[in-house]
Amino acid sequence: MSRKLVIDPVTRIEGHGKVTIQLDDDNNVTDAKLHVVEFRGFEKLIQGHPYWEAPMLLQRICGICFVSHHLCGAKALDDMVGVGLGSGIPMLPTAEKVRRLGHYAQQLQSHVTAYFYLVVPEMLFGMDAPPEQRNVLGLVEQNPALVKRVVALRKWGQELIRTVLGKRMHGISSVPGGVSKNISLEERDRFLNGEEGLLSIDEVIEYAQEGLKLFYEFHGQHREQVDSFAVVPSLDMCLVNDEGNVDYYHGRIRILDEDKRIVREFDYHDYLEHFSEATEEWSYMKFPFLKDLGREKGSVRVGPLARMNVTKTLSTPLAQAALEKFHAYTGGKSNNMTLHTNWARAIEIIHSAELIKELLHDPDLQNEQLLMTPADNAWTGEGIGVVEAPRGTLLHHYRADRSGSISFANLIVSTTQNNSVINRTVRSVAQDYISGKAEITEGMMNAIEVGIRAYDPCLSCATHALGQMPLEISLFNAEGQIVDAQRR
Amino acid sequence: MSIQITIDGQPVVTEAGENLVDVAAQNSVYIPTLCYLKGKPCLGTCRVCSVRVNGHFTAACSVPVTEGMQVEVDTAELADMRKALIESLFSEGNHNCPSCEKSGRCELQATGYEVGMVVSRFPYRFPLRPREVAADHIWLERDRCIFCQRCVEFIRDRQTDQKIFAIKGRGTAAQIEVNTELANRMPPEQVREAADICPVGCIIEKGVGFNDPIGRRKFELQSVRERALGEEES
Repeated sequence: MSRKLVIDPVTRIEGHGKVTIQLDDDNNVTDAKLHVVEFRGFEKLIQGHPYWEAPMLLQRICGICFVSHHLCGAKALDDMVGVGLGSGIPMLPTAEKVRRLGHYAQQLQSHVTAYFYLVVPEMLFGMDAPPEQRNVLGLVEQNPALVKRVVALRKWGQELIRTVLGKRMHGISSVPGGVSKNISLEERDRFLNGEEGLLSIDEVIEYAQEGLKLFYEFHGQHREQVDSFAVVPSLDMCLVNDEGNVDYYHGRIRILDEDKRIVREFDYHDYLEHFSEATEEWSYMKFPFLKDLGREKGSVRVGPLARMNVTKTLSTPLAQAALEKFHAYTGGKSNNMTLHTNWARAIEIIHSAELIKELLHDPDLQNEQLLMTPADNAWTGEGIGVVEAPRGTLLHHYRADRSGSISFANLIVSTTQNNSVINRTVRSVAQDYISGKAEITEGMMNAIEVGIRAYDPCLSCATHALGQMPLEISLFNAEGQIVDAQRR
Repeated sequence: MSIQITIDGQPVVTEAGENLVDVAAQNSVYIPTLCYLKGKPCLGTCRVCSVRVNGHFTAACSVPVTEGMQVEVDTAELADMRKALIESLFSEGNHNCPSCEKSGRCELQATGYEVGMVVSRFPYRFPLRPREVAADHIWLERDRCIFCQRCVEFIRDRQTDQKIFAIKGRGTAAQIEVNTELANRMPPEQVREAADICPVGCIIEKGVGFNDPIGRRKFELQSVRERALGEEES
């Protein structure tokens, strides 16, 4: 008798979703899906608000990557008022560098959270370990010294965000055409030199390397499992600069295939010419895809793995050394091994810390020219912003009428871009770990979640949904009746 | 003419006819206000400055002091009453501080902090009052209006002295209006004055907002109490 398996809720991710797996009479997996079961609707509720509120209001879509949403919105408003990168008028150097500083700080703290709190427990304890051990508290018991360093790293990132944006969460520093404050020498020195209870930047870079060391150790011990877990070919997408290297704040969109051939490169303002979005009745999360390639072949992967696949080099020494090893591992081809996303994330933790150090030494941060005032006739009424958020390429698109009212908003967040590839990952893991098995074990359920967690998905952002994301696995028979379910 | 009154039992010597809010402030006694502006005629609309004078509840901003007046300000009953009045203003509008550009510069928010408001004891009404955005430089976020009438009385057309703002309707149907023709004649500094005089984020200068970084906003530099008592800015 065929069955349907349901995982509800999916745990240790941001947002709320469930997984269903359909089995046939021989217990072979015939289908598997990640359902996003919440809706938030920020695109609608922002309509009618004054345009200059958008980066402040829409960043509240997320408590994790709010800086990305804030900056993405600010870039869209730069376009709208006719100043900044999109208009061809460069942003004042201080404004752009302050924005980048906040962006890198968030990348650091978000990746540290995802990597150490959500992913590392499986690395250290294994996917089959009891759930009560397989979490950050288990980590505290097993390796308190590591957890102390991780907490200090997160605190440092949060404190830098507070300094740049005014608050640890949902600050307000970017306004159309620039920023509202610079970084004083006193503020800079706190992060360069550290103080009681706050690491120095050199300690941050030292601690940031822990993640990579952990991955290498884990990979060395479990190479076959790590390399064979959910190998999911996909197009890879990220923002790149003129040299073809990832730029987290601004650039052109580049999409590579498995052989790292450029299949598409375009100005992100033209995204509607290239992308369309499909919907499914079983999920609130849309499925973006390249129009001409169609939904199956035209979906892309974004985030750390995609970025490390796309970028040719990284501009900082420790990250570049790690990237060379990462690239060498697949011999010039794209890396499609889902668990290697954690390798890529560990490299980006180091890269963020190194980029922050470079910026902290930049005297432009103390410059007091922060804001470009647009001429009245520069108003365009429409703006698109794109940044590389921790989870991948993030897009905000707004239109406003001349009164200043927002009439249209479109948000394509990183997790939405990853929707198809996450679903393929779920199917791949289900095939490998569940197909043909009569009984569902805790370890099987967790394997599905490990695959999803590698993307560090933020379903709240992606669907504008309310609440926190739990996980449910249900097993259905051929008639569609639930015969077994586990929920947590 | 010098007179003597008592505030919370303490004798205070002052001049007859002075405004009670000002007299209290001169003697380091803070009475919360929202509609009252020092040096301007009393409006008496918000009642947030409620005190007892000779045993009777009244709005302090509407009281000229007289000889022998006995004033109570700092009692648990009055503090709770003033807090309730602030809470009612929050519950009668849509005050979404986290994304409001007036946050940190908002007198309602600052006074809410000052009286210790955490949550409103009254059910929220969630009014639906359409925004008014027709003027060139003024945006009215009507759901935030507390009907203090500062703008109505104190912002006037400089050529004709006509009122630019008005309250239309009564009771729950009341809403703030702006005369677009007169508003479009307002010079930039008057637009800014109108936005500043509004104790909430109802009157907004178009295209301008969030320019003061967190930590350097008006009531973060100096609390509403310190400002009322005339203490030096830190």
